Amino acid sequence: MSNRSSVTDPAATSTGISSPPSTYRDRKSFLSGAQGPLIGLFLLIMGFSFCSSAFFTLRNGLNIIDQSTILGILALGMTGVIIIGGIDLSVGSVLALSIMVLGWLPQDFGVPFWLALPLSILVGGLCGLVNGLLVTRAKLPAFIATLTMMSVARGLANITTDGQQVVGYPEWFTGLATERYLGVLTVTVGLFIVLATAAWVFLKFRATGRSLYAIGGSVEVARLAGIQVGKLTILVYVASGLLAGIASAVMAARLDSSQPSSGLGYELDAIAAVVIGGASLSGGIGSIAGTVTGVFIIGVLHNGLNLVGISPFIQQVVIGIAIAVAVTFDTLRRRS
Amino acid sequence: MSNEDPSLSFRPVRLSLRGIQKAFGANIVLDGINLDVREGEVVALLGENGAGKSTLSSIISGLHHPDKGEMLWESHPYAPDTPGDALRSGIALIHQEMKLVPDLSIAENMFIGRIPMRHGRVDRAAMVRRAEVHLKALGLNVSPARMVRGLSIAAQQQVEIAKALTLGARLLILDEPTAALGMAETDNLFAQIRRLRSEGVSFIYVSHRLEEIAQICDRITVLRDGNLVATHESASVPVNVLLRDMVGRSIDRIFPPVSDPGEEEVLRVENLTSASDDFRNINFSVKAGEVFGIAGIVGAGRTELVRAIAGIDPIRDGQVLLEGDILQPDNVGEAIRRGIVLVPEDRKSQGVLLDQSIADNLALGNYDRLAPNGWLPPSKIGHFAKDLIQRLGVKGDPEQKTRALSGGNQQKVVIARWLAREPKVFILDEPTRGIDMGARAAIYELIARLAANRMAVIVVSSDLEEVLGLSHRVMVLAGGRQMGILPRNGANSVNIMEMATA
Repeated sequence: MSNRSSVTDPAATSTGISSPPSTYRDRKSFLSGAQGPLIGLFLLIMGFSFCSSAFFTLRNGLNIIDQSTILGILALGMTGVIIIGGIDLSVGSVLALSIMVLGWLPQDFGVPFWLALPLSILVGGLCGLVNGLLVTRAKLPAFIATLTMMSVARGLANITTDGQQVVGYPEWFTGLATERYLGVLTVTVGLFIVLATAAWVFLKFRATGRSLYAIGGSVEVARLAGIQVGKLTILVYVASGLLAGIASAVMAARLDSSQPSSGLGYELDAIAAVVIGGASLSGGIGSIAGTVTGVFIIGVLHNGLNLVGISPFIQQVVIGIAIAVAVTFDTLRRRS
Repeated sequence: MSNEDPSLSFRPVRLSLRGIQKAFGANIVLDGINLDVREGEVVALLGENGAGKSTLSSIISGLHHPDKGEMLWESHPYAPDTPGDALRSGIALIHQEMKLVPDLSIAENMFIGRIPMRHGRVDRAAMVRRAEVHLKALGLNVSPARMVRGLSIAAQQQVEIAKALTLGARLLILDEPTAALGMAETDNLFAQIRRLRSEGVSFIYVSHRLEEIAQICDRITVLRDGNLVATHESASVPVNVLLRDMVGRSIDRIFPPVSDPGEEEVLRVENLTSASDDFRNINFSVKAGEVFGIAGIVGAGRTELVRAIAGIDPIRDGQVLLEGDILQPDNVGEAIRRGIVLVPEDRKSQGVLLDQSIADNLALGNYDRLAPNGWLPPSKIGHFAKDLIQRLGVKGDPEQKTRALSGGNQQKVVIARWLAREPKVFILDEPTRGIDMGARAAIYELIARLAANRMAVIVVSSDLEEVLGLSHRVMVLAGGRQMGILPRNGANSVNIMEMATA
């Protein structure tokens, strides 16, 4: 009754283990589940290249990537949360709290910056832990728990400096977001690539990652199969909070300042990116490849519409429509 | 009690189907069905899953449209576009799964879409009054102002029937009406069916349960693979004839032989008492290779008991010993690691992830073994699944969504998942609920194989024939109390039912 008996079983080999059916390749492919959004992204790039000569240039491409890192990092955490069937409305506010802690600790308490940086990220993790405990222990719906945190963290962010901004970070720190290594890569973009790859590997190749899909599919089925649903739920919210903290550091480096109003509405952009990337808000479905594609669809839309000279107000309308179109296509595709 | 009225066959035909044909894509699900339903008669529609019963019910009630053929309703051509049309004509389908709105009152549910108004406002008093009359007539003693949430399935079913009657329904299609009912509830339902029948209401009664059909139906129509294979004018047809009609071959013995159990005791349950008082002071033990049946009516605490043994629900008192060692209660992960697994009663909400692949469903619960250091690449899941699918004869591809499988194959997926762990105690709660006859036999074979592999097997079932046919010993529960344990040769459906209803 060995688990791997099929590998050595001649009968099994003759039935096709030696040449796996195409469905297997599908499963292993980096882009599985993200083909639809990817086609959308490709069409957008084609369209904007046609409309604006400034769009399809290396410089602008790097711009888009730079501009997408913060949303991208938030969306990675949101992907995990949505896969387990939850939602995290607090990431924008948690980002604001973390970024204020980063400026406030050195400014008001003389905490060295190198120490304030990890502390500010941990504050994000702590907010995530509270979210996780509210969901698993207090049995609050995720929507309510994180709505609470959205309000509390935003309030705390304002309390730290009484609503004032903090300006001026060490040069090495702001350089992380501006200095391009090898002519292309800033450290912050590199960080996003590393985080996205790690998240992708985790969800695709780790048993714990697969467990998240099971929880999203059905909490009861997962629990009866021995999966520690409570523990993993907390873990997912902590990860989302930590990633909001990391995103705040990227923002501080990019802007060389901390504002308590940072990240306003980012939670909805992050949710939009995940959903455009093919995830289901009812849980169990979603992928990092899809999310990253969704992040770039939003990034390309903003950037391209700017270049074409369309007002930010109209951009909001367009992005709203993009969400509806992406999800409609996805729903139709799944049904067929 | 059936066919007691000799004039039945002279009663006017109410519904008449002629040459009904229906295909979904290339798959012909109904092929030229002719069927008459007369006034005040109960016609059984019998057949395996996939035989076309549901499609036929759906066509009569306006959910689907036939490709060919015609229907006559009270001598007029009848072609409902929607279930609303059917209802207005007087035909109502009572679903297996109730379709009531949980947070509206019973009365509101009954009058939904036609709520009585007075002076532009909802006339609650009139609505409640009218609802009450119909509920009382059906023997349901609850206030119509009560919310539907929390009502038993039986009560919800009565609300559905009352609703159909307020709409003037003269033909009720009951789809597996007793699937979730206990004995007393079933008896009450039958009493209501008989009363309504005497008032001239006609029924189409869709079911797998042969004993029930004999009790309640006047005529039996058997479908197989979309064809009407037999119509028996009397319900007193021998069961094996019906079985042969249904599966197309004769079935003498559905239950495989189970070898004698070993001597060593694998599982011992001592004084087990549920934290929520669903069962009290349960004591028994199961040996290696033994099939231990648990019988009882709905609400006896059977499911709660096996869930507690498998570590799913907390206990207040007592203990479970596995090979002599105490098992940590209320810890399902621990129970699984130590070798106690449970195939739950509600496959769709507790057993399988419907929207995930067969492979993912099989790997679930085996992560610790498949990925001892946490790495679980998709290829590994694929190979693991392929092997299990082959060994258990699951009809499906590893990458196929589990939703697309039949109930029997879904159940095999759940069993296969746990079989891969080579557990010591294998618990199956209602292993064949909602599974057709052919697939049932395969599940029984599997259960016999578990025992032959020296596992201690516990089978919970409402189907007495099943418990008796599979088990070496049968424990009977009633109201959370252990009524006794009967050896196979001393157990029969009569003494079990006596204990279960004592």
